Amino acid sequence: MTKQQANWSPYDNNGGTCVAVAGADYCVIAADTRMSTGYNILTRDYSKIIKLADRCVMASSGFQADVRALQKVLASRHLIYQHQHNKQMSCPAMGQLLSNTLYYKRFFPYYSFNVLGGLDSEGKGCVFTYDAVGSYERVGYSSQGSGATLIMPFLDNQLKSPSPLLLPAKDAVTPLSESEAIDLVKTCFASATERDIYTGDKLEIVILNGSGIRREEMDLRKD
Amino acid sequence: MEVPQKGGFSFDLCRRNEMLVSKGLRSPSFLKTGTTIVGLIFQDGVILGADTRATEGPIVADKNCEKIHYMAPNIYCCGAGTAADTEAVTDMVSSQLKLHRYHTGRESRVVTALTLLKSHLFSYQGYVSAALVLGGVDVTGPHLHTIYPHGSTDTLPYATMGSGSLAAMAIFESKYREGMSRDEGIKLVAEAILSGVFNDLGSGSNVDICVITKGNTEYLRNHLSPNPRTYPQKGYTFSKKTEVLLTKITPLREIVPVIEGGDAMEE
Repeated sequence: MTKQQANWSPYDNNGGTCVAVAGADYCVIAADTRMSTGYNILTRDYSKIIKLADRCVMASSGFQADVRALQKVLASRHLIYQHQHNKQMSCPAMGQLLSNTLYYKRFFPYYSFNVLGGLDSEGKGCVFTYDAVGSYERVGYSSQGSGATLIMPFLDNQLKSPSPLLLPAKDAVTPLSESEAIDLVKTCFASATERDIYTGDKLEIVILNGSGIRREEMDLRKD
Repeated sequence: MEVPQKGGFSFDLCRRNEMLVSKGLRSPSFLKTGTTIVGLIFQDGVILGADTRATEGPIVADKNCEKIHYMAPNIYCCGAGTAADTEAVTDMVSSQLKLHRYHTGRESRVVTALTLLKSHLFSYQGYVSAALVLGGVDVTGPHLHTIYPHGSTDTLPYATMGSGSLAAMAIFESKYREGMSRDEGIKLVAEAILSGVFNDLGSGSNVDICVITKGNTEYLRNHLSPNPRTYPQKGYTFSKKTEVLLTKITPLREIVPVIEGGDAMEE
Protein backbone atom coordinates (compact mmCIF):
# COMPACT_ATOMS: atom_id res chain seq x y z
CA MET A 1 0.00 0.00 0.00
CA THR A 2 1.94 3.10 -1.25
CA LYS A 3 1.86 6.26 0.89
CA GLN A 4 -0.69 8.84 -0.29
CA GLN A 5 1.01 11.86 -1.83
CA ALA A 6 -0.25 15.42 -1.91
CA ASN A 7 -1.65 16.45 -5.27
CA TRP A 8 -1.48 20.18 -4.50
CA SER A 9 1.74 22.11 -3.95
CA PRO A 10 1.91 25.49 -2.21
CA TYR A 11 4.90 26.38 -4.34
CA ASP A 12 5.40 27.44 -7.97
CA ASN A 13 8.56 28.42 -9.82
CA ASN A 14 8.42 31.75 -11.64
CA GLY A 15 11.87 31.28 -13.16
CA GLY A 16 14.50 33.96 -13.74
CA THR A 17 18.17 34.47 -12.96
CA CYS A 18 20.07 36.80 -10.62
CA VAL A 19 23.76 37.73 -10.55
CA ALA A 20 25.89 39.90 -8.28
CA VAL A 21 29.55 40.92 -8.63
CA ALA A 22 31.58 42.78 -5.98
CA GLY A 23 34.34 45.23 -6.87
CA ALA A 24 36.90 47.22 -4.90
CA ASP A 25 34.56 50.19 -4.42
CA TYR A 26 31.33 49.16 -6.21
CA CYS A 27 28.81 46.36 -6.41
CA VAL A 28 26.80 45.25 -9.45
CA ILE A 29 23.49 43.41 -8.94
CA ALA A 30 21.52 42.23 -11.97
CA ALA A 31 18.41 40.17 -12.73
CA ASP A 32 16.25 39.50 -15.78
CA THR A 33 12.66 40.79 -15.80
CA ARG A 34 10.80 37.73 -17.09
CA MET A 35 8.19 36.11 -14.83
CA SER A 36 6.87 32.77 -16.05
CA THR A 37 4.91 29.73 -14.93
CA GLY A 38 5.26 26.39 -16.66
CA TYR A 39 5.66 27.12 -20.38
CA ASN A 40 3.82 30.46 -20.21
CA ILE A 41 5.03 34.00 -19.66
CA LEU A 42 3.13 35.95 -17.00
CA THR A 43 4.89 39.25 -17.65
CA ARG A 44 8.01 40.50 -19.43
CA ASP A 45 8.54 43.42 -17.05
CA TYR A 46 8.82 42.24 -13.42
CA SER A 47 11.59 43.56 -11.17
CA LYS A 48 13.29 40.95 -8.97
CA ILE A 49 15.58 43.53 -7.36
CA ILE A 50 14.77 45.50 -4.23
CA LYS A 51 16.67 48.11 -2.24
CA LEU A 52 16.66 47.01 1.39
CA ALA A 53 18.90 49.75 2.80
CA ASP A 54 20.98 52.69 1.56
CA ARG A 55 23.90 50.44 0.65
CA CYS A 56 22.21 47.07 0.42
CA VAL A 57 20.29 45.59 -2.53
CA MET A 58 18.76 42.12 -2.87
CA ALA A 59 17.89 40.15 -5.98
CA SER A 60 15.76 37.00 -5.65
CA SER A 61 14.55 34.33 -8.05
CA GLY A 62 12.18 31.44 -7.38
CA PHE A 63 8.56 31.72 -6.23
CA GLN A 64 7.79 35.44 -6.46
CA ALA A 65 4.93 35.33 -3.95
CA ASP A 66 7.38 34.04 -1.31
CA VAL A 67 9.99 36.55 -2.52
CA ARG A 68 7.51 39.41 -2.07
CA ALA A 69 6.58 38.19 1.44
CA LEU A 70 10.27 37.93 2.36
CA GLN A 71 10.98 41.44 1.05
CA LYS A 72 8.16 42.82 3.21
CA VAL A 73 9.45 41.09 6.34
CA LEU A 74 12.99 42.44 5.75
CA ALA A 75 11.76 45.98 5.02
CA SER A 76 9.70 45.96 8.18
CA ARG A 77 12.60 44.65 10.32
CA HIS A 78 14.88 47.30 8.80
CA LEU A 79 12.45 50.05 9.76
CA ILE A 80 12.41 48.79 13.36
CA TYR A 81 16.22 48.73 13.36
CA GLN A 82 16.31 52.33 12.15
CA HIS A 83 13.95 53.39 14.96
CA GLN A 84 16.01 51.57 17.58
CA HIS A 85 19.55 52.42 16.42
CA ASN A 86 19.02 55.71 14.58
CA LYS A 87 21.00 54.52 11.56
CA GLN A 88 20.71 52.39 8.40
CA MET A 89 21.61 48.71 8.55
CA SER A 90 25.02 47.81 7.07
CA CYS A 91 25.15 45.18 4.32
CA PRO A 92 26.76 42.48 6.52
CA ALA A 93 24.11 43.12 9.18
CA MET A 94 21.33 42.76 6.60
CA GLY A 95 23.08 39.60 5.41
CA GLN A 96 22.78 38.05 8.86
CA LEU A 97 19.15 39.22 9.19
CA LEU A 98 18.23 37.58 5.88
CA SER A 99 19.86 34.33 6.93
CA ASN A 100 17.98 34.30 10.24
CA THR A 101 14.67 35.18 8.53
CA LEU A 102 15.07 32.31 6.07
CA TYR A 103 16.01 29.77 8.74
CA TYR A 104 13.05 30.87 10.86
CA LYS A 105 10.92 29.14 8.22
CA ARG A 106 13.17 26.08 8.04
CA PHE A 107 10.20 23.64 7.95
CA PHE A 108 8.06 25.56 5.43
CA PRO A 109 10.71 27.50 3.53
CA TYR A 110 10.53 30.64 1.48
CA TYR A 111 11.05 29.31 -2.08
CA SER A 112 13.43 32.15 -2.71
CA PHE A 113 17.00 32.00 -4.05
CA ASN A 114 18.73 35.20 -3.06
CA VAL A 115 21.85 37.20 -3.71
CA LEU A 116 22.53 40.20 -1.51
CA GLY A 117 24.83 42.92 -2.84
CA GLY A 118 26.12 46.17 -1.41
CA LEU A 119 28.99 48.05 0.20
CA ASP A 120 30.39 47.07 3.59
CA SER A 121 31.32 49.54 6.34
CA GLU A 122 34.68 50.19 4.65
CA GLY A 123 33.04 51.02 1.32
CA LYS A 124 34.27 47.83 -0.39
CA GLY A 125 31.85 45.79 -2.51
CA CYS A 126 30.32 42.75 -0.84
CA VAL A 127 28.10 39.94 -2.13
CA PHE A 128 26.31 37.34 -0.01
CA THR A 129 24.81 34.24 -1.57
CA TYR A 130 22.03 32.15 0.02
CA ASP A 131 20.20 28.89 -0.35
CA ALA A 132 16.44 28.64 0.36
CA VAL A 133 16.85 28.00 4.10
CA GLY A 134 19.44 30.61 4.99
CA SER A 135 22.88 29.06 4.57
CA TYR A 136 25.03 32.00 3.46
CA GLU A 137 28.56 33.00 2.60
CA ARG A 138 30.31 36.20 1.67
CA VAL A 139 31.76 35.84 -1.82
CA GLY A 140 33.18 38.00 -4.61
CA TYR A 141 30.45 37.04 -7.10
CA SER A 142 27.47 34.73 -7.33
CA SER A 143 24.47 33.73 -9.43
CA GLN A 144 21.14 32.14 -8.48
CA GLY A 145 18.07 30.98 -10.36
CA SER A 146 17.31 28.96 -13.49
CA GLY A 147 20.31 30.30 -15.45
CA ALA A 148 22.77 30.02 -12.54
CA THR A 149 24.20 26.70 -13.72
CA LEU A 150 24.98 28.35 -17.06
CA ILE A 151 26.45 31.57 -15.64
CA MET A 152 28.45 30.37 -12.60
CA PRO A 153 31.11 28.41 -14.58
CA PHE A 154 31.65 31.44 -16.82
CA LEU A 155 32.10 33.74 -13.80
CA ASP A 156 34.49 31.21 -12.25
CA ASN A 157 36.49 31.24 -15.46
CA GLN A 158 36.65 35.04 -15.64
CA LEU A 159 36.86 36.03 -11.98
CA LYS A 160 38.31 33.19 -9.94
CA SER A 161 42.07 33.15 -9.34
CA PRO A 162 43.70 30.30 -11.29
CA SER A 163 45.39 28.53 -8.41
CA PRO A 164 45.84 29.51 -4.77
CA LEU A 165 49.11 27.55 -4.67
CA LEU A 166 50.93 29.42 -7.39
CA LEU A 167 49.84 33.01 -6.93
CA PRO A 168 49.30 35.09 -3.81
CA ALA A 169 45.78 34.60 -2.47
CA LYS A 170 43.33 36.95 -4.15
CA ASP A 171 40.87 39.23 -2.44
CA ALA A 172 37.19 38.28 -2.50
CA VAL A 173 36.46 41.28 -4.74
CA THR A 174 37.25 41.36 -8.42
CA PRO A 175 39.99 43.64 -9.77
CA LEU A 176 37.75 44.58 -12.73
CA SER A 177 36.66 48.19 -13.17
CA GLU A 178 32.97 49.08 -12.80
CA SER A 179 32.33 49.32 -16.55
CA GLU A 180 34.14 46.03 -17.19
CA ALA A 181 32.05 44.32 -14.54
CA ILE A 182 28.83 45.68 -16.09
CA ASP A 183 29.97 44.44 -19.51
CA LEU A 184 30.70 41.01 -18.01
CA VAL A 185 27.25 40.82 -16.44
CA LYS A 186 25.56 41.79 -19.72
CA THR A 187 27.49 39.04 -21.50
CA CYS A 188 26.44 36.52 -18.82
CA PHE A 189 22.77 37.27 -19.33
CA ALA A 190 22.91 37.45 -23.13
CA SER A 191 24.49 33.98 -23.10
CA ALA A 192 22.16 32.51 -20.47
CA THR A 193 19.17 33.82 -22.46
CA GLU A 194 20.31 31.82 -25.50
CA ARG A 195 20.13 28.50 -23.67
CA ASP A 196 17.70 28.91 -20.76
CA ILE A 197 14.03 29.22 -21.67
CA TYR A 198 13.14 30.94 -18.36
CA THR A 199 15.63 33.80 -18.82
CA GLY A 200 15.06 36.67 -21.22
CA ASP A 201 13.00 39.78 -22.14
CA LYS A 202 14.97 42.49 -20.30
CA LEU A 203 17.98 42.81 -18.02
CA GLU A 204 17.85 45.14 -15.03
CA ILE A 205 21.22 46.19 -13.54
CA VAL A 206 21.67 48.08 -10.27
CA ILE A 207 25.09 49.57 -9.51
CA LEU A 208 26.05 50.70 -5.98
CA ASN A 209 29.11 52.81 -5.38
CA GLY A 210 30.36 55.70 -3.26
CA SER A 211 28.19 58.19 -5.17
CA GLY A 212 24.95 56.27 -4.62
CA ILE A 213 22.70 53.91 -6.58
CA ARG A 214 22.30 53.81 -10.38
CA ARG A 215 20.06 51.70 -12.66
CA GLU A 216 20.69 50.41 -16.19
CA GLU A 217 18.58 48.32 -18.56
CA MET A 218 19.30 46.14 -21.58
CA ASP A 219 16.97 44.28 -23.94
CA LEU A 220 17.30 40.49 -24.12
CA ARG A 221 15.81 37.91 -26.49
CA LYS A 222 12.04 37.66 -26.11
CA ASP A 223 11.51 34.10 -27.39
CA MET B 1 8.33 -23.07 -25.02
CA GLU B 2 10.06 -20.46 -27.13
CA VAL B 3 7.70 -17.60 -28.10
CA PRO B 4 8.53 -16.43 -31.65
CA GLN B 5 9.97 -12.89 -31.94
CA LYS B 6 7.25 -10.42 -32.86
CA GLY B 7 7.41 -6.74 -33.65
CA GLY B 8 6.39 -4.07 -31.19
CA PHE B 9 7.87 -2.83 -27.92
CA SER B 10 9.63 -5.28 -25.59
CA PHE B 11 8.48 -4.57 -22.03
CA ASP B 12 11.07 -6.90 -20.43
CA LEU B 13 13.13 -4.20 -18.73
CA CYS B 14 10.25 -2.09 -17.41
CA ARG B 15 10.09 -3.73 -13.95
CA ARG B 16 13.83 -3.38 -13.51
CA ASN B 17 13.65 0.31 -14.56
CA GLU B 18 10.87 0.97 -12.07
CA MET B 19 12.93 -0.65 -9.31
CA LEU B 20 15.94 1.52 -10.16
CA VAL B 21 13.83 4.71 -10.13
CA SER B 22 12.44 3.78 -6.71
CA LYS B 23 16.05 3.33 -5.50
CA GLY B 24 16.82 6.86 -6.62
CA LEU B 25 18.07 6.58 -10.20
CA ARG B 26 17.38 9.70 -12.22
CA SER B 27 16.26 8.48 -15.61
CA PRO B 28 17.87 10.39 -18.51
CA SER B 29 15.69 13.16 -19.86
CA PHE B 30 14.60 13.06 -23.46
CA LEU B 31 15.40 15.71 -26.00
CA LYS B 32 11.95 17.10 -26.74
CA THR B 33 11.11 19.66 -29.32
CA GLY B 34 9.00 22.03 -27.14
CA THR B 35 7.64 23.25 -30.41
CA THR B 36 5.09 25.09 -32.40
CA ILE B 37 4.14 23.36 -35.68
CA VAL B 38 1.33 24.38 -38.00
CA GLY B 39 -0.19 23.55 -41.36
CA LEU B 40 -2.86 25.12 -43.53
CA ILE B 41 -4.53 24.50 -46.86
CA PHE B 42 -4.59 27.43 -49.26
CA GLN B 43 -5.79 27.95 -52.84
CA ASP B 44 -3.04 26.01 -54.63
CA GLY B 45 -1.92 23.52 -51.97
CA VAL B 46 -0.53 23.20 -48.46
CA ILE B 47 1.78 25.37 -46.34
CA LEU B 48 3.61 23.89 -43.34
CA GLY B 49 5.39 25.94 -40.66
CA ALA B 50 7.59 25.22 -37.64
CA ASP B 51 9.82 26.93 -35.09
CA THR B 52 13.47 25.80 -34.64
CA ARG B 53 14.05 25.31 -30.88
CA ALA B 54 14.83 21.90 -29.37
CA THR B 55 14.72 21.70 -25.55
CA GLU B 56 16.04 19.30 -22.92
CA GLY B 57 13.91 20.27 -19.95
CA PRO B 58 14.55 24.00 -19.33
CA ILE B 59 17.68 24.14 -21.48
CA VAL B 60 17.83 24.89 -25.20
CA ALA B 61 19.72 21.99 -26.76
CA ASP B 62 19.53 23.18 -30.37
CA LYS B 63 18.78 26.78 -31.33
CA ASN B 64 18.22 26.01 -35.01
CA CYS B 65 16.99 22.48 -35.59
CA GLU B 66 14.85 21.30 -38.55
CA LYS B 67 11.36 20.18 -37.65
CA ILE B 68 9.90 19.95 -41.15
CA HIS B 69 10.85 16.48 -42.36
CA TYR B 70 10.95 15.19 -45.93
CA MET B 71 8.59 12.29 -46.66
CA ALA B 72 8.31 12.41 -50.45
CA PRO B 73 8.93 15.09 -53.08
CA ASN B 74 5.28 16.14 -52.69
CA ILE B 75 4.78 15.33 -48.98
CA TYR B 76 6.39 16.90 -45.89
CA CYS B 77 5.79 16.29 -42.19
CA CYS B 78 6.29 18.56 -39.16
CA GLY B 79 7.16 16.78 -35.90
CA ALA B 80 6.63 17.64 -32.23
CA GLY B 81 7.43 15.54 -29.15
CA THR B 82 10.54 13.47 -28.56
CA ALA B 83 13.04 14.50 -31.27
CA ALA B 84 14.45 10.99 -31.73
CA ASP B 85 10.94 9.58 -32.22
CA THR B 86 9.87 12.17 -34.83
CA GLU B 87 13.15 11.71 -36.75
CA ALA B 88 13.02 7.93 -36.67
CA VAL B 89 9.36 7.57 -37.59
CA THR B 90 9.46 10.09 -40.46
CA ASP B 91 12.70 8.60 -41.87
CA MET B 92 11.25 5.11 -41.68
CA VAL B 93 8.00 5.99 -43.43
CA SER B 94 9.87 8.09 -46.01
CA SER B 95 11.92 5.01 -46.95
CA GLN B 96 8.78 2.84 -47.08
CA LEU B 97 7.14 5.41 -49.39
CA LYS B 98 10.14 5.37 -51.73
CA LEU B 99 10.04 1.58 -52.00
CA HIS B 100 6.30 1.83 -52.63
CA ARG B 101 6.92 4.37 -55.40
CA TYR B 102 9.33 1.98 -57.07
CA HIS B 103 6.81 -0.84 -56.72
CA THR B 104 3.80 1.06 -58.07
CA GLY B 105 5.51 3.47 -60.45
CA ARG B 106 3.31 6.31 -59.16
CA GLU B 107 3.66 9.49 -57.08
CA SER B 108 3.08 8.88 -53.33
CA ARG B 109 -0.28 9.84 -51.83
CA VAL B 110 -0.66 11.63 -48.51
CA VAL B 111 -3.15 9.03 -47.21
CA THR B 112 -0.48 6.33 -47.75
CA ALA B 113 1.97 8.20 -45.51
CA LEU B 114 -0.87 8.79 -43.06
CA THR B 115 -1.80 5.10 -42.82
CA LEU B 116 1.83 3.97 -42.46
CA LEU B 117 2.47 6.52 -39.68
CA LYS B 118 -0.74 5.90 -37.73
CA SER B 119 -0.43 2.13 -37.78
CA HIS B 120 3.18 2.34 -36.57
CA LEU B 121 2.31 4.73 -33.74
CA PHE B 122 -0.76 2.71 -32.70
CA SER B 123 1.23 -0.51 -32.51
CA TYR B 124 3.59 1.20 -30.02
CA GLN B 125 0.61 2.27 -27.88
CA GLY B 126 1.76 5.88 -27.49
CA TYR B 127 5.29 5.03 -26.32
CA VAL B 128 6.67 6.53 -29.55
CA SER B 129 6.06 10.11 -28.54
CA ALA B 130 5.58 11.74 -31.94
CA ALA B 131 2.87 14.31 -32.67
CA LEU B 132 2.88 15.12 -36.39
CA VAL B 133 1.39 17.54 -38.88
CA LEU B 134 1.42 15.82 -42.25
CA GLY B 135 0.78 17.79 -45.43
CA GLY B 136 1.15 17.30 -49.16
CA VAL B 137 -0.36 17.52 -52.63
CA ASP B 138 -1.04 14.42 -54.75
CA VAL B 139 -3.27 13.42 -57.67
CA THR B 140 -6.35 13.61 -55.45
CA GLY B 141 -5.57 17.18 -54.35
CA PRO B 142 -4.09 18.94 -51.30
CA HIS B 143 -4.30 17.16 -47.92
CA LEU B 144 -3.51 18.14 -44.33
CA HIS B 145 -3.60 15.75 -41.36
CA THR B 146 -2.62 15.71 -37.68
CA ILE B 147 -1.37 12.48 -36.12
CA TYR B 148 -1.30 11.94 -32.34
CA PRO B 149 1.20 9.74 -30.44
CA HIS B 150 -1.41 7.03 -29.79
CA GLY B 151 -2.24 6.76 -33.49
CA SER B 152 -5.41 8.80 -33.96
CA THR B 153 -5.63 11.20 -36.89
CA ASP B 154 -7.64 14.23 -37.96
CA THR B 155 -8.14 15.75 -41.40
CA LEU B 156 -8.30 19.51 -41.21
CA PRO B 157 -8.08 22.72 -43.27
CA TYR B 158 -5.71 24.22 -40.66
CA ALA B 159 -3.90 22.53 -37.77
CA THR B 160 -1.41 23.21 -34.97
CA MET B 161 0.56 20.86 -32.66
CA GLY B 162 3.16 21.10 -29.89
CA SER B 163 3.43 23.15 -26.69
CA GLY B 164 2.84 26.36 -28.68
CA SER B 165 -0.24 24.96 -30.44
CA LEU B 166 -2.69 27.09 -28.43
CA ALA B 167 -0.80 30.29 -29.19
CA ALA B 168 -0.70 29.40 -32.90
CA MET B 169 -4.31 28.21 -33.07
CA ALA B 170 -5.47 31.51 -31.55
CA ILE B 171 -4.02 33.21 -34.66
CA PHE B 172 -5.51 30.69 -37.08
CA GLU B 173 -8.97 30.84 -35.55
CA SER B 174 -9.00 34.64 -35.84
CA LYS B 175 -7.58 35.04 -39.32
CA TYR B 176 -7.99 31.86 -41.41
CA ARG B 177 -10.07 32.06 -44.58
CA GLU B 178 -10.67 29.46 -47.27
CA GLY B 179 -8.90 29.93 -50.60
CA MET B 180 -6.06 32.24 -49.48
CA SER B 181 -3.33 33.18 -51.92
CA ARG B 182 0.24 31.95 -51.51
CA ASP B 183 1.51 35.18 -49.96
CA GLU B 184 -1.46 35.47 -47.60
CA GLY B 185 -0.97 31.86 -46.55
CA ILE B 186 2.76 32.27 -45.86
CA LYS B 187 2.07 35.46 -43.90
CA LEU B 188 -0.56 33.73 -41.73
CA VAL B 189 1.61 30.67 -41.08
CA ALA B 190 4.55 32.90 -40.15
CA GLU B 191 2.31 34.90 -37.81
CA ALA B 192 1.09 31.72 -36.09
CA ILE B 193 4.63 30.40 -35.58
CA LEU B 194 5.79 33.79 -34.28
CA SER B 195 2.95 33.71 -31.78
CA GLY B 196 4.33 30.40 -30.52
CA VAL B 197 7.94 31.61 -30.61
CA PHE B 198 7.29 34.65 -28.40
CA ASN B 199 4.51 33.40 -26.12
CA ASP B 200 5.54 29.77 -25.55
CA LEU B 201 8.78 29.09 -23.68
CA GLY B 202 9.15 25.70 -25.38
CA SER B 203 9.36 27.31 -28.81
CA GLY B 204 11.79 29.89 -30.13
CA SER B 205 14.45 31.09 -32.52
CA ASN B 206 13.52 31.03 -36.23
CA VAL B 207 10.54 30.28 -38.49
CA ASP B 208 10.76 27.51 -41.13
CA ILE B 209 8.16 27.32 -43.89
CA CYS B 210 7.40 24.70 -46.55
CA VAL B 211 5.05 25.49 -49.47
CA ILE B 212 3.72 22.45 -51.37
CA THR B 213 1.75 22.87 -54.58
CA LYS B 214 0.93 20.60 -57.51
CA GLY B 215 4.23 19.69 -59.09
CA ASN B 216 6.40 22.04 -56.97
CA THR B 217 7.71 22.22 -53.40
CA GLU B 218 9.56 25.13 -51.80
CA TYR B 219 11.41 24.62 -48.53
CA LEU B 220 12.03 28.06 -46.97
CA ARG B 221 14.55 27.29 -44.23
CA ASN B 222 14.82 30.17 -41.74
CA HIS B 223 12.22 32.19 -43.63
CA LEU B 224 12.22 34.57 -40.62
CA SER B 225 14.96 35.11 -38.00
CA PRO B 226 13.46 37.53 -35.48
CA ASN B 227 15.82 36.62 -32.59
CA PRO B 228 19.35 37.61 -33.47
CA ARG B 229 21.99 37.66 -30.77
CA THR B 230 22.85 41.31 -30.17
CA TYR B 231 25.30 41.21 -27.27
CA PRO B 232 28.31 41.16 -27.18
CA GLN B 233 28.86 42.60 -30.63
CA LYS B 234 32.49 41.67 -31.04
CA GLY B 235 32.52 38.25 -29.42
CA TYR B 236 34.54 37.17 -26.40
CA THR B 237 38.17 36.24 -25.84
CA PHE B 238 39.27 33.97 -23.02
CA SER B 239 42.66 34.72 -21.54
CA LYS B 240 44.92 31.73 -21.02
CA LYS B 241 44.47 30.78 -17.39
CA THR B 242 46.28 27.44 -17.50
CA GLU B 243 50.00 27.06 -16.94
CA VAL B 244 52.08 24.09 -18.13
CA LEU B 245 54.07 22.98 -15.10
CA LEU B 246 55.81 19.91 -16.45
CA THR B 247 55.77 17.74 -19.57
CA LYS B 248 56.71 14.11 -19.07
CA ILE B 249 56.55 11.45 -21.76
CA THR B 250 56.55 7.84 -20.55
CA PRO B 251 56.93 5.28 -23.34
CA LEU B 252 54.57 2.34 -22.87
CA ARG B 253 56.19 -0.93 -21.87
CA GLU B 254 55.67 -3.70 -24.41
CA ILE B 255 53.71 -6.55 -22.85
CA VAL B 256 52.54 -8.30 -25.99
CA PRO B 257 55.14 -9.75 -28.39
CA VAL B 258 54.76 -8.02 -31.74
CA ILE B 259 54.64 -10.54 -34.60
CA GLU B 260 56.03 -9.06 -37.80
CA GLY B 261 54.19 -9.62 -41.08
CA GLY B 262 50.53 -10.60 -41.77
CA ASP B 263 48.77 -13.66 -40.35
CA ALA B 264 49.16 -12.71 -36.65
CA MET B 265 45.39 -13.04 -36.10
CA GLU B 266 45.05 -16.41 -37.75
CA GLU B 267 45.56 -19.54 -35.69
